[in-house]
Formats: sequence, C-alpha cells, structure tokens
Amino acid sequence: MKEIICITCPKGCHLKVDEESFAVTGNACPRGAVYGANELRNPVRVVTSTVAAEGPQRRLPVKTDRPIPKGKMFEVMDEIARVRVKAPVRVGDVLIANVAGTDGNVVATKALD
Amino acid sequence: MTNYDLVVIGGGPAGLAAALSAWEQGVRSILILERDREPGGILNQCIHNGFGLHRFKEELTGPEYAGRFIELVRQTEIEIRTDTMVLELTRDRVLHAVSPSRGYETIQAGAVILAMGCRERTRGAISIPGARCSGIFTAGAAQRFLNMEGYMVGRRVVILGSGDIGLIMARRMTLEGAKVLACVELMPYSGGLTRNIVQCLRDFDIPLYLSHTVTDIRGKDRLEQVVVSRVDERRSPIPGTEMVFDCDTLLLSVGLLPENELSRQAGIAIDPRTNGPVVWENRECSIPGVFACGNVLHVHDLVDYVSAESEQAGLAAAAYLRGLRPAGQEIRLQNGNGVGYTVPQHFHRGAERLELFFRVRAVYKNAAIRIMDGETRIARFKREHMAPGEMETVQLPKVLLDRVKGDTLTVEIEEAAP
Repeated sequence: MKEIICITCPKGCHLKVDEESFAVTGNACPRGAVYGANELRNPVRVVTSTVAAEGPQRRLPVKTDRPIPKGKMFEVMDEIARVRVKAPVRVGDVLIANVAGTDGNVVATKALD
Repeated sequence: MTNYDLVVIGGGPAGLAAALSAWEQGVRSILILERDREPGGILNQCIHNGFGLHRFKEELTGPEYAGRFIELVRQTEIEIRTDTMVLELTRDRVLHAVSPSRGYETIQAGAVILAMGCRERTRGAISIPGARCSGIFTAGAAQRFLNMEGYMVGRRVVILGSGDIGLIMARRMTLEGAKVLACVELMPYSGGLTRNIVQCLRDFDIPLYLSHTVTDIRGKDRLEQVVVSRVDERRSPIPGTEMVFDCDTLLLSVGLLPENELSRQAGIAIDPRTNGPVVWENRECSIPGVFACGNVLHVHDLVDYVSAESEQAGLAAAAYLRGLRPAGQEIRLQNGNGVGYTVPQHFHRGAERLELFFRVRAVYKNAAIRIMDGETRIARFKREHMAPGEMETVQLPKVLLDRVKGDTLTVEIEEAAP
C-alpha cells in the first residue's frame, strides 16, 4: 500500500493505493480513484506558464489542455519559451500542438485583443 | 455628482460576482470601480490551474475563471471603470474617486458593495532582522512581475511562509529555471492547501522546513544569504540551529490582510479577528446599505467560495434597494474552543438559513464542530480533518435556528478523545 495525497481538488484526500491492483481507498470522489491509480503508474500534471506577447499585454497565460507526463514538464517549458504571439488570440486557441511529443496541446487561457 | 443604484468597489472575482447577482435581481444601474488596468483582480496573475472545481465542475486557470465572469458582465449593461481609485467612502454612501480619464469625481450610490480584496503582509509586518538589500519580494509581487510583466525576479530562491501563493511560486520559479532551495514555515504545519505541498514542493524535491524561520538577511546591494533557524514551541529561534542559504531572492508568503482603509475611514465596524467588516448573515456592514464580500471580508482559500459569498451580497444589495430590510432580534456568534473567527459575526432571529464560515486554530483529526446555544448543543458536525489553512463551513437550516433561545451562539471544536 502506498499512501499519497490526492491533488485533484483542494480537499486533499489521503489515498491508499495498492501497488499491484492499483485499487484506491480513502477517496471521496471517483476522480480520486483515477488520480491514485495514475499517480503510481504514470504520474501526469497540467503545466501552466506564459508566452511572450506583442503589445501592451506583455505575457499571455497558457496551459496544456490535458495533464502531460510529469517527466516531460521541463521539455514542455522549453517549447513554451520559444513561442511569441500576436493579437488576436482567443481563449482555447492552440499555440503548440502535441507539445513535447505528448497528446497534449498548449492553449491560450486569456484573450489577446 | 453622478448617481448609481449600486456601486461596487473592486472588479476582482468578488466584485464581478456581486454585480452580476444584483443585475440578475433586476438592478439596472450598476457601476464597478477597479483600480487596475483591467477587471479580474488577482486572478489575472494566478495563471495556475485548480480554480472553479466547485463552481464550474472543471479545473480552470485564474484568467479563465475571471474571463467567464467578465464575459457574463459584458453581456449586461453593468459599467466597469478601470484605472479608477476610490479615495473615500462616506456614511451616506458618497464615493470620491479619481482616474486619469475622468479626473476627480463624486458618485452617490443607493447601495455599496465593498469588494476590495486583500494585500500581502510584508517584511516590515513581521520584522525580519538583517540587511536592507534588494531581492526581497512578497510572493504575490513576484508573481505579478513574472506572470504579467514578464520579469524573472531571481535565480536562487528561499521562500518564507508556506501559504498557497508561496507554494505556487516555488513551482513557478522552478519551472522557469530558478533553483528554489527551501520553503521555511514558522508554524509546525503548513499554511497552504495540502495539494499544493504535493504538487508544488514534493514534485520538485523542494524541502519544507516546518517550525523554522528566517533570522538574518545578508547582502550589500542584492541579497546574498539568508539564515534560517529552528524555533521552539513558543516560536523563538533556537541558537545553534542556524542554516545558511546562498541565494539572491527571498519570497515572503506570510499572510494576507483584508484591505479596509476605505471601510475604516467610513466608520464601518471592523472585526479584529478577521480584519474585515462585521457583517450580518446577508453580508451587510454596520452602515446600512453597505455590504462586503470576498477577501476584504475575510481571507478565503478558494475563489469558488468568494463567488458564492459575493452573490449573496449582490442579492442582499438588490433587496435593500427594493426597500426590504431583514428584521428580527440580533443573535451574536462567538468563537469557542479552537475557533479563530466566524463570518458572519451576527444574524437576525428568523433568518431563513445560516451558512457559517470560520477557521480553526490548530490541526484536528476526527474532531467535531459544535454549535452551542448556552449549554444546549443545537448542532454537531463531524470532520475527519481540519487545519487553519483550510476554511471550514457549516450550514444551519431554519429548523435549527428557530430552536435558538439565547442571544449568542458559540462555535467550538470538540477534540477527539485521545
């Protein structure tokens, strides 16, 4: 049994995950069960950062549109650092598709007018 | 002087939600005054995700959460004036404001909602000794520099305080290539959400030193070293436990203070426990027609709760403008064992329901929250886990409230039998 803390929501449930069956106990909701099993097999995180923007709003906030493997976080950051955007950008616009070879895309989280 | 039915001071999450809720109640003359260049408040710099799980049932970043409310406001005729600083609020609800585009002006409001938010405690507020060098920032100031203005504030970082903003900045600075050497917390427990300890510190192997504090700051022009010492049970540094960190940046995440200069100046009663206005169950302050919500009232840890509370304030302001006043004898709420404060601080007998917010003073496991009417227990709520960093809430329905005989309810913690 491995004890971990769920990070899916601010509640922070204390989960117990079986290392062989990946069965989860201690979760208050179904998302906790998914998180607990994934955290042992293939931990993933959403990465958020900013990209350079032209104009008075100097930075545009972005995120990966799904959690990406934890080990790829810095690779994702390197790709984000190379992006420069111009208006107009809408919330949800894809700025990098399949970032760092994952199935995640980097999308804008704010509009740039 | 111009006239509005409702003026909301502050265009962050609290002000936006309050204004929208009043609009939905039929108030048609609403003005939001915002001192920054755009609405959204602190959410604009909180680019990380984790907002809105309660509200929208999905995980949004700060700008996305704010964006949804801003979009809803744009679909109404609610007026937002940015770059506008309110200088004074009077008892009869006249606002004095100044902005580059309109200069100085006065505005008469039928009702006012205070939604000014909070600000960070600084080095001066906690009296850290040592050199007066550069490189010492509040975590939120560094967050604004990095996420909005595009400046990296340092390369080797120590963080004092384990509040959520400090933890979030530990991760953010690490992802941007800085080395975060330590997060140092005076108390024996973290002040932030558990999930942030996991995903901001443990993910990046950043050590968390509980029961430690910064006891010296060294550096001529720029910060060069901080000294960290262990503290005893009375939070006094223990000589001989000093650790020296070579660093160029110290970030402070040592608490937030509701920003109530305008409220105090107007003569609104302030609760010394929350540093926010004393409010009734509808979030009305000691001056009739003035309401408060969000972090100006008490510091929240989730924006979802700010939005919910602000909608109540908007609803109440709309009712006030229709001439409806809550009636009934005053019942006061007081904190008993283990409870730091309660919001609201008092309510009217006959209230439809009461949602109580409060913080506990220590970490509790398998404890219970008791609501006492003198010697009589009117409600008991079990909790597996409670911590000062996590706001507690309980709902008291009308059937329970109607049983209250005295004029004071006490909220207290019943500790688990050892």
